[in-house]
Amino acid sequence: MLTQLLAQHFVHTAFLAGAVVAVVCGAIGIFVVARGASFAVHAISELGFTGAAAALVAGVDPVIGMMSGSLLVGVVLGLLSLRGRERDSAIGAVLAFGLGIGVLLLSLYQGYATEATNLLFGSIVGVSDSQLRNLTIVAVIVLAGLAAAFRPLLFSSVDPEVAESRGVPLRALSVLTFVLIALTTAEAIQVVGVLLVLTLVITPAAAAQRLTGRPGVALLLSIAIALVSTEGGILLSLEKPWPTSFFIATISFAAYLIARVVDATRPAVARAPRREPAEAIETPTPVEL
Amino acid sequence: MTSEIVSVKDLTLRFGERTLWQNMNFELGAGEFLAVLGPNGTGKTSLLRILLGILAPTSGRVAVRGRPPRCCAALGYIPQQRIFDRDTSLRARDFVRLGVDGHRWGVSVLSRKQRERIDGVLAEVGASSFADAAMGRLSGGEQQRLRVAQALVSDPAVLLADEPLLSLDLSYQRIITELLDSRRRRFGTPILFVTHDINPILPVVDRVLYLAPGRWAIGTADEVLTSEVLSSLYETEVDVLRVRGRIVVVGTPEDHGSHHVHAHGDMSV
Repeated sequence: MLTQLLAQHFVHTAFLAGAVVAVVCGAIGIFVVARGASFAVHAISELGFTGAAAALVAGVDPVIGMMSGSLLVGVVLGLLSLRGRERDSAIGAVLAFGLGIGVLLLSLYQGYATEATNLLFGSIVGVSDSQLRNLTIVAVIVLAGLAAAFRPLLFSSVDPEVAESRGVPLRALSVLTFVLIALTTAEAIQVVGVLLVLTLVITPAAAAQRLTGRPGVALLLSIAIALVSTEGGILLSLEKPWPTSFFIATISFAAYLIARVVDATRPAVARAPRREPAEAIETPTPVEL
Repeated sequence: MTSEIVSVKDLTLRFGERTLWQNMNFELGAGEFLAVLGPNGTGKTSLLRILLGILAPTSGRVAVRGRPPRCCAALGYIPQQRIFDRDTSLRARDFVRLGVDGHRWGVSVLSRKQRERIDGVLAEVGASSFADAAMGRLSGGEQQRLRVAQALVSDPAVLLADEPLLSLDLSYQRIITELLDSRRRRFGTPILFVTHDINPILPVVDRVLYLAPGRWAIGTADEVLTSEVLSSLYETEVDVLRVRGRIVVVGTPEDHGSHHVHAHGDMSV
């Protein structure tokens, strides 16, 4: 049964699409995690759903609607360059409203409900050759963008003040990051669906960061974990007729748990935080003499 | 051709109605060590940001080697401390490397010379032993030494340091101070050093720029840190005491928003 399936063209297409998406998601995840932008990714994907729902109602290809929705939110978030709590609450407010519109649009849509389900939970086995081609083109764009901006992105993610003082254009990079995130999210939605985008964009990178302190190695590890999760998930779903997204989410989460355990049990050589006494902040002030 | 490296001319900074300072003028020569003192909210960090070319002053101009900042000369910047997240995927040496090529686009590998330079500054700040540890796992003091290394690695024309001794214990305060001191002596790099507490750096300071709300004064520590000068800056009676080689200022208006613990609101400069 499995060997028969593995000989099918649509299964090959699914594996290839999964690989393409996994590589981009694993790569961008490192920057998402470094910027603390997980919630933004979630918002971008949910509003991609709203865009897709709008496209369905309008009778357009939902992938185009999804891309537009994600990109719009990505550009807005990038331009705002919000930080901390303000960003959190602003994203929450926009996300909720966007989903509300998505629900309305979906209720207006008279077509097949499976379209909507596929958007929410993914439909990797339904990927066509032309979709695979489009996925690959977008993936190449995202990876080229990441490669070109790797160092300034890293700099502005970990140390924005100094990066700015060295002439790194923070706002332009913020927009670039969110545009790349939006493109990646739109890719991931087609494999794991709106609700599970984080399983490919966040989980592998979060696991990788637990395992290494080196940015380049973290990037490769994150890609590897995303690849194993996606391909493993597709393989398992051929064997057992459960949703592919479930398997992908399970494998990537397992990798995350393992990474945490490895991190927690590794010998503490040069790793344990050696906190100096907080009281050494200032020399004592002998004003009372 | 004068020997000044940094020049500040008629610099005025206002935020809305509030004037932080007006017509500030000073120059820094090669190797000069300037301490910038004053309570919070008097624009110490803003002055650094203007020199870095990030913040535009209300009026006046600044120049580094006769050119606008950020145009030509590398500036070394040690910002106020922000502790790195525990999860930051970056080794200490990667962090220092950002000072070499973090602003450049594209992908490249370091030359042997650049790698040696990075190893060299890591050794200079006493960070060789944890050069391969992840930033997020290091203590505040260790992270701070790496910030100094990152600023030095670009061979800056000027060093701008914002409270670089915060969270360092006394021995590392001394090490960092000596490091900056030897840098300016050997390479003639002028240093602007923002601090709340002048005492740890008193032996190496050439001049002091004192910022009080709406006013400023510049001169040697002996000229500026006197009861007369500070009383006139604050328009209230302020006493400057010298206790066992340390300078203590008593009676400045309480600086609001300061998180520093000072008995009875007095401030040690």
